[in-house]
Amino acid sequence: MKKVIYRNQISKVLGISLVVFLLFSISIFAQDEPATGSSGDPVKGKTLFNQNCAACHSLTRKMTGPPLANIESRLSEDEGLDREWLNAWIKNSAGMIKSGDAYGNKIYTEYAQAPMTAFPTLSDTDIDDILAYTAAPPPAPVAVAVTVDSKDGSAKSSDITNELILGALIVVFALLIMMLILVKKTLKRFAIAKGVDLDEAYAGKGLSLWKAFVQNQFLVLVTSIFLLLAAAYFAFGWMMQVGIDQGYEPIQPIHYSHKIHAGDNKIECKYCHSSARVSKQSGIPSLNVCMNCHKSIYEYQGNPEGPTKEDLANGYTNEFYTGEIQKLYKAVGWDEENQKYTGETQPVEWVQVHNLPDLVYFDHSQHVSVAEIECQTCHGPVEEMEIVSQYSPLTMGWCINCHKETNVKVEGNEYYTKIHEELSKKYGVDQLTAAQMGGLECGKCHY
Amino acid sequence: MASNKKYWKNEAELNPNDSIVEALRQNEFVQEIPVDEFLGDKENLSATNTDRRDFLKYVGFSTAAAAMAACEGPVRRSIPYVVQPENIIPGVANYYATTIANGFDFASILVKTREGRPIKVENNTDAKLKGGANARVQSSVLSLYDSTRLQGPLKDGEPVEWNSIDADVKAKLNSLNTAGKQIALLTQTYASPSTAKLIAEFKEMYGTVNHVTYDAISEDAALSAFEARYGERALADYNFEEANIIVSFGADILVDWQGGGYDSGYSKGRVPKNGKMSKHVQFEANMSLTGANADKRIPLTPMQQKVALAQLYAKLNGASTSGEIPEYAQRAIESITQEIGKNKSAAVVVTGLQDVNAQAVVLAINEMLGSKAFDAKAPKYVRQGNVKNVNALIADMKAGNVGALIMDGVNPMFTLPNATDFAEGIEKVDLSVTFSTNWTETTEMTNYTVASNHFLESWGDTQIKKGHYGLIQPTIKELFDTRQLQSALLQWMGSDKSYYDYIKETWSTDVLGEGDWNQALHDGVFTAGSNVVEELVETVAAVVEVEEETISTIDVSSAVRNLASATSGGGMELRLYSKVGMGDGQQAGNPWLQEFPDPISRVSWDNYVTVSKVDAENLGLINENVANGGLDGSYTNLTVNGITIENVPVLIQPGQAPGSVGMALGYGRQVGMKSEMQTGVNAYPLYQGYNNVQSVTLEKSAGTHEFACMQLHNTLMGRGDIIKETTLEIFNTKDHSEWNKVPMVSLNHQEVPATTVDLWDSFDRSIGHHFNMSIDLNACTGCGVCVIACGAENNVPVVGKEEVRRSRDMHWLRIDRYYSSEDTFEEDNVKKDEFDGLSGDKGSLGGFGEMEDPATNPQVAFQPIMCQHCNHAPCETVCPVAATSHGRQGQNQMAYNRCVGTRYCANNCPYKVRRFNWFLYNNNDEFNYHMNNDLGKMVLNPDVNVRSRGVIEKCSMCIQKTQKTILDAKRDGRSIIDGEFQTACSMACSNGAIIFGDVNDGNSKIAELKESDRMYHLLESVGTKPNVFYHVKVRNNNEA
Repeated sequence: MKKVIYRNQISKVLGISLVVFLLFSISIFAQDEPATGSSGDPVKGKTLFNQNCAACHSLTRKMTGPPLANIESRLSEDEGLDREWLNAWIKNSAGMIKSGDAYGNKIYTEYAQAPMTAFPTLSDTDIDDILAYTAAPPPAPVAVAVTVDSKDGSAKSSDITNELILGALIVVFALLIMMLILVKKTLKRFAIAKGVDLDEAYAGKGLSLWKAFVQNQFLVLVTSIFLLLAAAYFAFGWMMQVGIDQGYEPIQPIHYSHKIHAGDNKIECKYCHSSARVSKQSGIPSLNVCMNCHKSIYEYQGNPEGPTKEDLANGYTNEFYTGEIQKLYKAVGWDEENQKYTGETQPVEWVQVHNLPDLVYFDHSQHVSVAEIECQTCHGPVEEMEIVSQYSPLTMGWCINCHKETNVKVEGNEYYTKIHEELSKKYGVDQLTAAQMGGLECGKCHY
Repeated sequence: MASNKKYWKNEAELNPNDSIVEALRQNEFVQEIPVDEFLGDKENLSATNTDRRDFLKYVGFSTAAAAMAACEGPVRRSIPYVVQPENIIPGVANYYATTIANGFDFASILVKTREGRPIKVENNTDAKLKGGANARVQSSVLSLYDSTRLQGPLKDGEPVEWNSIDADVKAKLNSLNTAGKQIALLTQTYASPSTAKLIAEFKEMYGTVNHVTYDAISEDAALSAFEARYGERALADYNFEEANIIVSFGADILVDWQGGGYDSGYSKGRVPKNGKMSKHVQFEANMSLTGANADKRIPLTPMQQKVALAQLYAKLNGASTSGEIPEYAQRAIESITQEIGKNKSAAVVVTGLQDVNAQAVVLAINEMLGSKAFDAKAPKYVRQGNVKNVNALIADMKAGNVGALIMDGVNPMFTLPNATDFAEGIEKVDLSVTFSTNWTETTEMTNYTVASNHFLESWGDTQIKKGHYGLIQPTIKELFDTRQLQSALLQWMGSDKSYYDYIKETWSTDVLGEGDWNQALHDGVFTAGSNVVEELVETVAAVVEVEEETISTIDVSSAVRNLASATSGGGMELRLYSKVGMGDGQQAGNPWLQEFPDPISRVSWDNYVTVSKVDAENLGLINENVANGGLDGSYTNLTVNGITIENVPVLIQPGQAPGSVGMALGYGRQVGMKSEMQTGVNAYPLYQGYNNVQSVTLEKSAGTHEFACMQLHNTLMGRGDIIKETTLEIFNTKDHSEWNKVPMVSLNHQEVPATTVDLWDSFDRSIGHHFNMSIDLNACTGCGVCVIACGAENNVPVVGKEEVRRSRDMHWLRIDRYYSSEDTFEEDNVKKDEFDGLSGDKGSLGGFGEMEDPATNPQVAFQPIMCQHCNHAPCETVCPVAATSHGRQGQNQMAYNRCVGTRYCANNCPYKVRRFNWFLYNNNDEFNYHMNNDLGKMVLNPDVNVRSRGVIEKCSMCIQKTQKTILDAKRDGRSIIDGEFQTACSMACSNGAIIFGDVNDGNSKIAELKESDRMYHLLESVGTKPNVFYHVKVRNNNEA
């Protein structure tokens, strides 16, 4: 009965979240409406801006280049420079600096003499569009949304359903037990009322179950053997777990979310872990790799709708993530204010999640580049992990199973041509497993 | 019958009134056990709530807790780069070409670095100049991580700032310059165009600079003779590959003779090709590595060698000279004369006698023959030391004429024969500065000690041979606060240039010509075009020349007369030499080199005086093996010119010329060394007048010395199937079944070849790679570079002298050295075959006893032995835990984590190549070498496991290298080219004695070598089917 009621609730939640979602979509569009009467198309302008300018410019803050919000009006008001000048500058700033343009040289010196890339390919219309975008007021901070979006909502509600079902079951069982007790009591009362002596009634009916069991030696023997075996089985299983850190999920000095990077933003694993392609080590990316993006991504805006309830419960607010980016800046010695490196670095001491013992040689490039195995095969759905944990047991048995089951990827690899032909003939198979190729020999991993 | 005898243990027992005896009779202990401390306080004890049961609970709980805690893995941290250098990828090795030029060793090398730290030295195969990295060069990477290195500049032994040194030195130099007092620069040989130029500029700035070059082990005689004949202070170059006949008078051409680097050319000529190989005749006193490789070795004392050389010269000119030499030597000289006469330009004569006359005669002979192997046009600059200048400097110092003394790369207080004079002189010097990597005997005496760079942290350049340039580039940033001499000189000259810029400038103006700097830096070597060379040499030579001198020519005929009349000064003749593993001793703190066994004596961690058996008997000196297998020897006192060094251990050396003794320089360093490394006796005080031949008296002294000798059995005992040997004549004329016999075994009462019998079923090994290794006993000189390379690649631990003495050395690769009991191995074989019955003249009982004694001038053979990777491996079948197993690629694999240390496998191995880790050699201060400190551990190869206590280890055929080659090919999607598969030993062997490869690749070199007539397997009769094979040694005994 209760369940049915709850189903109604789900649809309610879904309904509300849909409304919220729609509201937000509208507000996003609303922000992109041009605020001033410029001729360009700010929507196109935003795309162009992100493609061409965002690496060095932000709307509101200094980066490699100056902030660009309302650049057109600011220039004409403060410096008396017109649109012509701006067009010329965008298309060939170096030329202008050379020709001794006063403001051009001033900016050039102010921004550490980093010349701006020339954009001769941008048409005047493109520039119009970009300027229209810059003229739009910078996006106001998004109100923290308290409601959940539809996707998360449904996931959450299914969790709630499970909990409720369990609770309901417990209640039902409790009621049943209560009823049984009550029935027993009532029957006893009937019996007493009818004058039946219960003890006497049972006295002649032989031994109780327990006593019978104790007296049956065979049964005792079999049971104890069974219990011992079961204990040994579980003890062995437990002891074999020693040293296996499956699920190990250490707290890292910087809260780096693989979910945001690899999941939400779909950054390829090997963009950061580039050495996995050529080296035995997948490598923890050096901080300069982080700075490739984080020079311009200085705050977390990954969820325009604001953090989900779940994130909030964990404290993963936008401010929290932005704070983690600040930790990166501190470690790498990045002076955000002046947009330059201070040279004062503090290398980050990450906690290693996957620890293979020294006695085994494992080569990432063999698996990643040669066999083209997905990282997720061993590391699990990293793109869904807010905190990375060890997914696989990393035991030898686990390695060997995979070597026995996985076919060697020989197509298009000249190295394998001869040996594959000969070996597949020998074993009478079309596809060789890693084990057949010699992947179970001790010396292949232990030296 | 009951006895009423009274037994007593102690005199006191006889006294019945003794209280102690009475007490002991009643109690076990004389005194009460002092339990009062914790049980005396009754009040406290009764008041406590902790009873016995609680105590047991606590014990139980804490034990359980400790056990549980052990189940938790440790938290491991991992720190990536902040800014990763572009060309460093963790896990991938980078190679840099550089050059070693430490004043003793000069070689073009490649340095392997991992994560920015150098871990291995390889040969630079791009270098046109022959001469690979020897054992010392291979080991030099460990000296970089020496924990006793100086970590910053010092003044009178106390740390000081650079500023203060710079200011003090500059002020002093300026005042000396104005005062006109001498500023002396005492340095090693650099052979460096840039350094020469820099010192010339330094001289220009401070006018009174006197640059003196000093070699610890001098080649002054050879330099002077060359200078007298050709007008340039340099050394003639030799290419022994070109020679059909090589005659050497005491020249150790395979070790350090005239700067070394001649062994690879020598070896190439020693492998029979088209029925031809070179013939090598050696006249020498000590049994040297060179003599051991010679076809004919004639033991002569140095004095006799001089006479023999004079006679050879005379005979070649059809004349005769005076002088007496033994009859056998006389005969040898005659036959050599004939052979040289036949070969003319394909003959070469060399000498290692430190005698200008001898050197001049040799130059004259080679020139007369027009020897192809002899090159005086493009000489070598690897030794520049000038004895006269050094002596003059010491005299000046003693006279108080020297104001400042700046030293670099030298340790005169240790290496000078007259170190006391030097010490006296240095007291009178106002300012003394030593550039040194370590605290030494010399730094102790000087005002300022400048912690200097290791060569792997330095910039530099070399000109090893005229026109052959090399660059030295740093492979790691300075580990400590150090500075190299050249940078300091630039600083003191007020220049703000770095030495790197200085070299670049010098090269672009003087060296490169049309060449490209980046290319030269990448290659590490640069060979100038011929016309460029001429000009260059002039400019450089002008700079190198210290003072203009009139060069007196040496009259050859008078030189010959002088030689012929050579007489010893009475007593015995001492020939001082340098060991292949120690050189001049500048790397004495290097544990790899200390543990490296001498190829001839197989003794590690020591030097000693080598004495012939006859002389030893006369002097009552003995060597004996004791019960634990160690070798013990007598001590002796050596006196040269009134200088005595005491208690030098004696080693009786087969082949030592009677009347002569030998002793290695370079040992006995004490100051600034770990106590473990303070081994041997310093022989430099005997190196009087920088002459390697001295007249010496020996006197037995008391006590016995304990050697750490790796090989106790010296002779081959006629077991011709271990080292197969034949002569060139037989090799050329007879079928290989005659001289490379396959052993026969009995099958069904019939003799059949051992190769046809098999106890096991063979696997099909024709698919995939099948690795084989070929070792050519003709090309192998026994130099041992492979031993060091193997240790460096595979993290082989150093175990120390005591453990080596117990035969617990860990070398995965050893080089067995065998002597013959008769004059030749062949005679051994004959003698053994002719044994008849147990006793009697030809009885085996006495006969075998005789065969254990090496001959007075034995034949010698070297045999590198590593795991033979048997296809039917006896070790694999006995391992109870299957820790050792066979791979399809032919490697016998060892899973250390599986090994439980029963050592059955080591017992069952017919080749005795398995090594047991008796102790934990890493992180253990009992083994204070390099694996117990963070610095020393940096040299470990991260691709190879560091083994723990209680497991067996052995050669893996560098499976980490073969696997890497395969993986690289897979990644590139290509098949593997022949020559790509290498092991550490095959890469290190520049002589080409060790070849490695895939025999299933039909076109490979190794497949060709396996089909060779000379191929044989070690102990073929055992049926182990090894994957390592050897090539029969061929000796060129052809007489003219």
